Amino acid sequence: MPQASTAKSLQAGASTRKYRTREELIRFVLFLCAFLSVLTTLSIIAILAWEAYSFFREVGVFDFLAGTRWTPLLEPRSFGVLPLVAGTLQIVVGASLIAIPVGLASAIYLAEFASSQVRRVLKPVLEILAGIPTVVYGYFALTFVTPLIAGIFPSTQIFNAASASIVVGIMVLPMTASLCDDALRAVPESLRQGAFALGATQFEVTLRVVLPAALSGVMASFVLAASRAIGETMAVTLAAGATPRMTLDPLQSIQTMTAYIVQVSLGDTPVGTVEYQTIFAVAALLFTITLGMNIIAQRVLARFREVYE
Amino acid sequence: MKSDRLRRRHATAKIFRLLCAAVAWAGVVILAVLLFHVTREGIRWLDFQFLTEFPSRFPEQAGIKSALWGTVWLITLTAAISIPVGVAAAIYLEEFSPKNRLSQLIEVNIGNLAGVPSIVYGILGLVLFVRFLALGRSVLAGSLTMTLLILPVIIIAAREALRAVPDSIRQAAFALGATRWQAVRAQVLPVALPGILTGVILALSRAIGETAPLVMIGALTYVAFVPEGPMDAFTALPIQIFNWASRPQEDFHQLAAAGIIVLLVTLLLMNATAVWIRQRAERTGR
Repeated sequence: MPQASTAKSLQAGASTRKYRTREELIRFVLFLCAFLSVLTTLSIIAILAWEAYSFFREVGVFDFLAGTRWTPLLEPRSFGVLPLVAGTLQIVVGASLIAIPVGLASAIYLAEFASSQVRRVLKPVLEILAGIPTVVYGYFALTFVTPLIAGIFPSTQIFNAASASIVVGIMVLPMTASLCDDALRAVPESLRQGAFALGATQFEVTLRVVLPAALSGVMASFVLAASRAIGETMAVTLAAGATPRMTLDPLQSIQTMTAYIVQVSLGDTPVGTVEYQTIFAVAALLFTITLGMNIIAQRVLARFREVYE
Repeated sequence: MKSDRLRRRHATAKIFRLLCAAVAWAGVVILAVLLFHVTREGIRWLDFQFLTEFPSRFPEQAGIKSALWGTVWLITLTAAISIPVGVAAAIYLEEFSPKNRLSQLIEVNIGNLAGVPSIVYGILGLVLFVRFLALGRSVLAGSLTMTLLILPVIIIAAREALRAVPDSIRQAAFALGATRWQAVRAQVLPVALPGILTGVILALSRAIGETAPLVMIGALTYVAFVPEGPMDAFTALPIQIFNWASRPQEDFHQLAAAGIIVLLVTLLLMNATAVWIRQRAERTGR
């Protein structure tokens, strides 16, 4: 029956069309969800740029970036951000002194020495350490690490850079270890076997063959760890203090960029004033620094993936 | 007989191995010390009353009722918004997106967003949700901020789960005449579900502990009521802990420790659920 078959194919055509429209619609909705991430980035940049712009109409860019006195909430006001940058830097250096050697050594142990049973214990422990909220680390710094340091150096202030650095180091340690572990394990087994065949010990294989081969991945993990330490907020707010100053003494109270932002948002600074706009200028600086470091780390990582995959 | 040099090389190797092992196990020690310290400080205050009382100026009467309910509200709303959006974004990137500049831009962008400090999300939430959309310092504003914060984590985890689904399943569905969406919905998603769930739970457990963005959007630190709708003001568990820990009195520090115990037990339960889902999925051979 030709008539019926035509009707049937017409029907099929209609339903195909229906499916196609529906398919396109679904596809578009899914795309919007993915595109939301781009909108997020754009709004962050737009907000920071706009608010920072109104700040810099009142305060010179040079005074902000190169000034060495940060007293935006007190008379005489001064908007030099360097003390906050120095405070942040102190935390980053201190945290790196812990996270980099400990993270790398842990990763070497996990990748090169540990049996699979040991890995099954250590990996989850690192994951738990990574999952502990930063406010908990802040509490730990304040009530455990600081008294410990004060026991050794009596001149230690209640809020000090050292204890904050230590807990931030512990906090970024799992990420460093896990990224280094990935990098070391990506090194082909044949390189190790070649070195062993030449009579190298495990130490020599690790230090002279595996580590150089994994170097870019390891370096990227260090950069990411530092970037994470820069953005860390609650632990440094609780433990490092609220005294913006340029000092090299880790036992003194300091203030980081993030802790300053929290301090203002907890206080009663009126919205719209220059004092209030400072948090956007500081946040813009923070965002630029961490984004720059993340992009560098990604570039380095992309290069190292190309070599072995 | 081994030469001195060879013996020295082997000794170095042995010392190096021991050193790495000691350092790696230090992580376990740190975790143990932290848990022990928190438990010792806080366990005394942890009783039924602690869970059912509102915060107070008097440590003996203080509790976490409003913080606990605030966190429940916050996480429920965050989950309700972030799971559909995050999974949809992952499906688009993994199953639909053409290989072009825009897709590449989205992918790079998600990677970068995952590295943005959480306090910057707090500023975004403050300006965009609290002020511009005039949601005020409400649970909804907090949840939307948290959503933006954990979306990259959910998307990355969900994409990995989708990528692990063998291509043969998709091709079989296409061969039977399924459209791409039909194949995804009926075949790919069910297989990827355990992986997606694991990632989602881990992302939400990150949201539970996040403090800085909530401080920024102004989640109140003293709230003596339980939120009854998404537009109500709220406080949350980490905020309450932060508030107590930043006071000078010893008693409040111990209250903070008690709050931390509740927070960590919650996180532990969520993580255990995630591990359980993962292992069950592996056992059933997916």
